[in-house]
Amino acid sequence: MPELVAPIAGNVWKILVSVGDKVELDDELVILEALKMETPIYCDDAGTVTEIKVKEGDAVNEDDVLIVID
Amino acid sequence: MFDILKELIFSSGAVSLTGGNLVMWLVAFVLFYLAIKKQYEPLLLLPIAFGILVVNLPLTFLMEPEHGLIWFFYHYGIEFDIIPPLIFLGLGAMIDFGPLIANPKTLLLGAGAQAGLYVTFFAAILFGFDLQEAGSIAIIGGADGPTTIYLTSKLAPHLLGATAVSAYAYMALVPIIQPPMMKLLTTEHERKIVMTKLRPVSRLQKVCFPIVTAMTIMLVVPPAAPLISMLMLGNLFKESGVVERLTNASANELMNIVTIFLGLSIGATMTATTFLNPKVLFIFFLGLFAFVVSTGAGLLMAKLMNLFLKDKINPLIGAAGVSAVPMAARCVHKVGSEANRRNYLLMHAMGPNVAGVIGTVVAAAILLKNLG
Repeated sequence: MPELVAPIAGNVWKILVSVGDKVELDDELVILEALKMETPIYCDDAGTVTEIKVKEGDAVNEDDVLIVID
Repeated sequence: MFDILKELIFSSGAVSLTGGNLVMWLVAFVLFYLAIKKQYEPLLLLPIAFGILVVNLPLTFLMEPEHGLIWFFYHYGIEFDIIPPLIFLGLGAMIDFGPLIANPKTLLLGAGAQAGLYVTFFAAILFGFDLQEAGSIAIIGGADGPTTIYLTSKLAPHLLGATAVSAYAYMALVPIIQPPMMKLLTTEHERKIVMTKLRPVSRLQKVCFPIVTAMTIMLVVPPAAPLISMLMLGNLFKESGVVERLTNASANELMNIVTIFLGLSIGATMTATTFLNPKVLFIFFLGLFAFVVSTGAGLLMAKLMNLFLKDKINPLIGAAGVSAVPMAARCVHKVGSEANRRNYLLMHAMGPNVAGVIGTVVAAAILLKNLG
């Protein structure tokens, strides 16, 4: 099952999808905040969001799973 | 009755106002605007602007040696070299040297970007500045406020206001100044390079880093000691993990307190007579030149390194070799993600960025040793 991981450490600023949403390649799914800068994270695979592992405001490390896509 | 009124008028500051004072008010109001409305480095520009304003109100004698309130802040804070090292203590407590430890070759980028300093040094001499003034102007290219203030206060205190304001102004303008240079000196293909992940850095390495760096740099360039010792002490507080209170005090309370006195004192050095001088315009021009050349030197250094590296680095991160933490790293990240939206250069750029701080301090120490 494809997973969207955090490419950099930071705080989850905004989650732009919810469970059940259909997503396409290159959709903006999450915005992370690192060093007071917003960094959008793009979808790597088309599919349906099955699980969101973080909530807004969470601190994440590099490689932490943010979203599971089926 | 008339006499009293007359005396009141003539003892008021208003009659002693000069045209220069009015121009300086204008400068203060421009800085107020930039700080409050545009939020350009407001923590510094706001107290600086207020310092400029009050020192250009005649007969207040706030900068009168031995008497004026702000003179005491200036004398004991800046002339005694207390405040810039204390700012460095706070910076050390905030900076994560992890990306530099993970990828030590980025130290070369932090050093490479200092080339702009030396180019500007000679350019300033050509423009007729003396050696001490040229050194103080060149250091603006390092894009490090406290270091600029530290060096200028030692070499050419009469230029303090101009060099400090131009250093902070250009740091705030990084997102405008750097991208054209980045695009000019790199190809689309190079900007798209995705870098391999940084290796994890152990706590032991992070704790050893400030100790080893402090010892090495102070043994090699002793005049760097006041700034580098405080920077590394702050970082040791942070990375040791056992003195959270000292870390927080350095990074927050102490930093904020000294920032007030720093900004106010710097602003107060900018009286009409010292600031309204054709030389000051040249300082702003040369400062910008230094900044641009440093950015270019960092980029070219990165491209040079790529000739020898198997795992190519994205040459954009060279631009972060000017200090300006973290503005330059953010700027690199942004330009990199414009070329390739899956390019996350932020942490890669933090390596040269923090190396730039060390590089600028060393460059300042070398200038100080030879010119002081």
